[in-house]
Amino acid sequence: MTFSLDDVIRIAHLARIDVDADTARDVRGKLDAIFGLIDSLQAVDTTGVAPMAHAQDVTLPLRDDVVTDVDRRAVYQAAAPAVADGLYLVPKVIE
Amino acid sequence: MQTIAELSRALSVRTLSCVELAQDALARIDAAGALNAFVTVDGARALDAARAADARLAREDAPPLTGIPIAHKDVFMTAGMRTTCASRMLADYVAPYDAHIVERLREAGTVLVGKTNMDEFAMGSSSETSYFGPVRNPWSTRCVPGGSSGGSAVAVAAGLIPAATGTDTGGSIRQPAALTGVCGIKPTYGVCSRYGLIAFASSLDTPGAFARSAEDCALLLTAMAGHDARDSTSLARPAEDYARSLRAPASAKPLARLRIGLPREYFREGLEREVAAAIEAALRELRALGATTVDVDLPMVKHAVPVYYVIAPAEASSNLSRFDGVRYGHRAERYADLEEMYCRTRAEGFGAEVKRRILVGTYVLSHGYYDAYYLKAQQVRRLIANDFARALAQCDVIAGPTAPTCAFDIGAKADDPVQMYLNDIFTIAANLTGMPAMSLPCGFTAGGLPIGLQLQGNYFDEARILDVAHRYQQATDWHRRSPPSPQPSPHGGDREQITAR
Repeated sequence: MTFSLDDVIRIAHLARIDVDADTARDVRGKLDAIFGLIDSLQAVDTTGVAPMAHAQDVTLPLRDDVVTDVDRRAVYQAAAPAVADGLYLVPKVIE
Repeated sequence: MQTIAELSRALSVRTLSCVELAQDALARIDAAGALNAFVTVDGARALDAARAADARLAREDAPPLTGIPIAHKDVFMTAGMRTTCASRMLADYVAPYDAHIVERLREAGTVLVGKTNMDEFAMGSSSETSYFGPVRNPWSTRCVPGGSSGGSAVAVAAGLIPAATGTDTGGSIRQPAALTGVCGIKPTYGVCSRYGLIAFASSLDTPGAFARSAEDCALLLTAMAGHDARDSTSLARPAEDYARSLRAPASAKPLARLRIGLPREYFREGLEREVAAAIEAALRELRALGATTVDVDLPMVKHAVPVYYVIAPAEASSNLSRFDGVRYGHRAERYADLEEMYCRTRAEGFGAEVKRRILVGTYVLSHGYYDAYYLKAQQVRRLIANDFARALAQCDVIAGPTAPTCAFDIGAKADDPVQMYLNDIFTIAANLTGMPAMSLPCGFTAGGLPIGLQLQGNYFDEARILDVAHRYQQATDWHRRSPPSPQPSPHGGDREQITAR
């Protein structure tokens, strides 16, 4: 896998990260090198191998479907860049 | 620097007070500022906790680690003390609650002195990518201490504090432990809760500890481990005393009947000559203590690094999507609309390595590539785990080098991510399998840089690994060596660089 500048800009947009042209050129070279390493996996025969998503093959625990959290909104919102009336403020998205 | 076990004895017979011990730690941290091991130090809070610890000792209701100064890697949330992940994104973030292991270690009596420096969001093997500047190795300040938990490793190695926590996602405890000459343990995945650990790669992230001796690691792990319903991957298991077998008296052949597996793949190309020689010497010592060695094969382990560099970035790209400038952390100053706010916030808030990994992860999870990369990597992950299961049927523990080289110069690999990633060639497999592993000091290069021996074991076999390490340390003194005392450093310019950023 080798990346074009357009690829880098497209992936960066998917990740919601601004990149300028200089950064994109630098990132492109490094991604090529990283995928040079990663692409070696394609040679491994994995026919019929179950994917391992997790270190412990255990079923995730279930709990009763009841409210357990207490209201800590004010504590959590203390760390936010902008809040008003208990709401997070962001730029207007609907005209 | 004394061990936790020695300090606890002195505190319990009152030849040393917790306040004196905390003051000593704070003075050492202050004198070693040039190592840049800490992001935050809170002396007032530490002394308050130390006074409370002295009171508990006087009342004789003191838990086992009472008065022991500790620092947490700055990836663990601490209420009332900022948690930065060494990132501009969280440079001023104060968490609303404590991580589970922070709670546990406080309940065990430790005195929190501060938060340690690290690679940004724990992504790195050198502790150079911190927003707060690189951490320096006390054995040679030209060198990196390894990473990502470099600040914690250095704080213990330089004798600033006897204990520190870390996280290990691909070797981030064991590799810096090796490069700074201390002990570092990564327990089985699920033994320590990840609640309040700011996530990098959730299926691999493992809290663990640094200390000078295996015995100290056992004491710390005993306090940290335990079920926590707030982490859905935390395992409900009976409480375990990881130091239980360490109290048996030393004998001539304490490791009789122990079978140590030596993976042929760990002793091949790429291993520095001096590292290989130190590992061979350590194996001779272990045989002298009664252990037998057996060759084992891990044919799939050569794929561990590429598997990791698919799975970890994939999970990271998902986890780090939460940093968008809305609920916490940095927000860009100028933007026209919501999307531009996200894009600029993330461009400004993350450093270059974090961005690269997010891009890799975004790509391997994107439409049309998921099967070829992410699913493929998970399948090879299974093959690697199968290798270890087979090998551990032939032996009790697996031994080998922790890292292929000793500490390298700051900047030497900073612009070559693939070379940097290959530092973790021996450590990553234990994260992919979830098995426990530790690094312990086993020698030095001719240039005076530490070398680490890695011991890996089967799931939940931490106590056995710690016992092997403890017996080795009863017969050797590598873990007792200390670097030269910190000097007012010629690298004092670092602090200015930090402010300039």
